[in-house]
Amino acid sequence: MSASSNRPALANGSGAAAVLAAGIGAFALAVLACAGDKLAHVRSSLIFYEPTGPLSGVTTAAILIWLLTWVILEGRWRNKTVPAGRINGAALILLGLSFLLTFPPIADLL
Amino acid sequence: MEITARGLWTLIHGMGFGALYLLACSGALVELYRFTTSSEFTVGQERFLRFYLITMVVLAWASVLIGAYVVYPWYRAAPPPGTADLSMFPQRLLISSPTTIAWHSLGMEWKEHVAWLAPISITMVAFVFIKYGRDLGNHRQLRSAVLCFAAASFVSAGIAGFFGAMITRDAPVRGGHTIQLNWREEK
Repeated sequence: MSASSNRPALANGSGAAAVLAAGIGAFALAVLACAGDKLAHVRSSLIFYEPTGPLSGVTTAAILIWLLTWVILEGRWRNKTVPAGRINGAALILLGLSFLLTFPPIADLL
Repeated sequence: MEITARGLWTLIHGMGFGALYLLACSGALVELYRFTTSSEFTVGQERFLRFYLITMVVLAWASVLIGAYVVYPWYRAAPPPGTADLSMFPQRLLISSPTTIAWHSLGMEWKEHVAWLAPISITMVAFVFIKYGRDLGNHRQLRSAVLCFAAASFVSAGIAGFFGAMITRDAPVRGGHTIQLNWREEK
């Protein structure tokens, strides 16, 4: 018997919140990396730790955005059943865009 | 036999945490797929997979944090004006030659950001697996998302690992005190 033939015991909201938050966090990292590369004032404001340079701010800010989004979505969706298909689609598109935006030849086109 | 302190940290970052993480990824993908499509797993096997994923989360975060805050500052260090020998300044060494500049402008520029997608993705995967356990098999879309993010984590770690190895080949991080490793050669 396949496991997928049973009725879910838990609502999908908590999982969907984690999935979407990961997509948003990844995308935030890519956008911040691009912004830090293109805009001098953003670049200087992202230097949280001098030896590491703007990478310190890009990653710290992206992690904070990811965790904050996760906490908010978890609070809203924890016990709810949400349209996971659309949410996963959005998260995967954001993840795909993150790979593209962090790739320097594509980032340079912006 | 000897190794510098900076070389040792680079080894811990890449060959230690990074390579271990990459090795663990393929196992995680197979086991996650098997676990969510089969009902034959025991409680002990589920517990083992939880431990396995938590270990991966630790490896991924340890690798990117050591990479960004211990090794990367040595990589991007600026040489004093007039420095002719750039061997202690890997970024500048790569930029100084048209045959190696792309290892920095493409390789390191991509690696330093894309690597962070690995810990973000695998943390989510571990959370969802621990939260749902066997029930994950009943959530087709969540299961697909978990597998896609685990695969993305593998790809991002692979990109970072590949460029890390190639950059280290041409411009290794050097310096720090030397650690002697005693090795008695028998004749």
